[in-house]
Amino acid sequence: MQVHAIGSRPGKRQTAYPARYSALGLLRRGLTRAQWPPSWRSHPVKGSYDVVIIGGGVHGLAAAYYLAANHGITDVAVLDKGYLGSGGSGRNTAILRSNYLTPEGVRFYDRSIQLYRGLAAELDFNVMFSQRGHLTLAHNDASLRTMRWRAEVNKVQGVDSEVIGPAEIKRRAPFLDVSQEARYPILGALWHPPGGIIRHDAVVWGYARGAAAHGVHIHQNTQVTGIDVADGRVRGVRTSGGDIATRVVLNATAGWSTLISDMAGVAMPIQTFPLQAAVTEPVQPFLSTVIVSGTLHVYISQTDRGELVFGASVDPFTSYAMRGSLEFIEGLAGHVLELMPALTKVRVLRQWAGLCDMTPDFSPVMGHTPVQGFLVDAGWGTYGFKAGPVSGEAMAQCIASGQTPQIIAPFGLDRFADGVLVGEKGAAAVGH
Amino acid sequence: MILLPCAWCGPRDASEFHHVGEAVARPDPGTATPQQWRGYLYLRANPCGWTTETWYHRMGCRRFMKVERHTQTNEIRAVWAGEQGRSAGQQGRSAGQAGQSAGQAGQSAGQAGG
Repeated sequence: MQVHAIGSRPGKRQTAYPARYSALGLLRRGLTRAQWPPSWRSHPVKGSYDVVIIGGGVHGLAAAYYLAANHGITDVAVLDKGYLGSGGSGRNTAILRSNYLTPEGVRFYDRSIQLYRGLAAELDFNVMFSQRGHLTLAHNDASLRTMRWRAEVNKVQGVDSEVIGPAEIKRRAPFLDVSQEARYPILGALWHPPGGIIRHDAVVWGYARGAAAHGVHIHQNTQVTGIDVADGRVRGVRTSGGDIATRVVLNATAGWSTLISDMAGVAMPIQTFPLQAAVTEPVQPFLSTVIVSGTLHVYISQTDRGELVFGASVDPFTSYAMRGSLEFIEGLAGHVLELMPALTKVRVLRQWAGLCDMTPDFSPVMGHTPVQGFLVDAGWGTYGFKAGPVSGEAMAQCIASGQTPQIIAPFGLDRFADGVLVGEKGAAAVGH
Repeated sequence: MILLPCAWCGPRDASEFHHVGEAVARPDPGTATPQQWRGYLYLRANPCGWTTETWYHRMGCRRFMKVERHTQTNEIRAVWAGEQGRSAGQQGRSAGQAGQSAGQAGQSAGQAGG
């Protein structure tokens, strides 16, 4: 197992991995029953790192990976209080799309989709991205108007989106009830072919493996207990695994991000809400697109194993409790059956909750803060997973250059003091 | 879902209420700087622990109240009649009933399970 040399030339792409996965390797191990090498190793916590990333989800790990791969910065630690992907990265409904409402948002999420498209090859890890198309239903004139607006904004940015009528919807999703007798008749939909679903655990593991291969240290079960700030700049991080001296800290902790920012003395415009999701028993493949209904607060997709994955809007009040509620599953079932009456007999296997760090304008908070060396990649609300690669890429660039990259310039923390918000509620509130 | 002890109606399902959000002191619009005003509009403590917040009993007595709730366990340890319902995140909701209850302010309505 060979780990690539640290301190390589900046900007040079490397593809050195401990062991490349291949069909031949699979065959050989199948015959010899040899152990697979671990995808990343454990290290003792060092006393100092160039960069400390708090949060071992897709955002933190992607930032670590791109720091190493794109910028040659490999003296990096990723800390997580639990296991990798134990937060939002493993709790989302794995839907990807870029059909947002503002030009800033569309450009940003489209870059993420582009990175996701090449991710399996880049990381040598099968992330199972299925670009099956994404259908956002409109049940009233107001939604239809917003969808036309989104379609036009998308087209100007070169993103494939169009508004389609009930006949075309029925053709793409035959199990949908498109009759006008429904309680909320379907008037049209925003059809977004580049959208789809992916295996979210594989994305987390792929980035972790890629980062570790470049020399990044991944510390699981390591909780941050404090951040040392002196003279307005970061000096170090205190953790359950020991103190770390560092000049750069990235807060990529989503639902817990205000708790980490508090340690550095940075106030955030964020409130934490739980978001629940559920999955059914596997059934025959029948749903080839992602279906979203903003009016009914539900989104539905079918995994490769045949399970139906349902998501909804956030719970009605703030909380850090990741508990499911009967009220949620009752409401969800009603809404799903409203859309697809044929699913009456399908049983829900389990439900869960994740934490969403909601901002007032439904756009993230990214980049530098008033504390020098303390960066945030937060405010990910209900749309964080789909933005993982582009956020990692942009935050890595932000750390390496000290400048704010153009693609995240609209999402700075200072926009709330300046009053220049990026209103994405029309496209981000429910649909994913 | 949790049970909320309304200061007027007693224990009710939380789905009857609108969660207005953290109780934030409103600066004087006449003297506040834009910075202070935007801080009041957007910045929140978002604690993982006890917090004081405003709830509106929209499907009941349609009055505002203050609640002390633990955001990790959803336990509630105090509820009192709050007239300052026009605080954070209210989104233009009419607050016609909100001024009536000054006499009851500060009165605890006991405990209720989460």
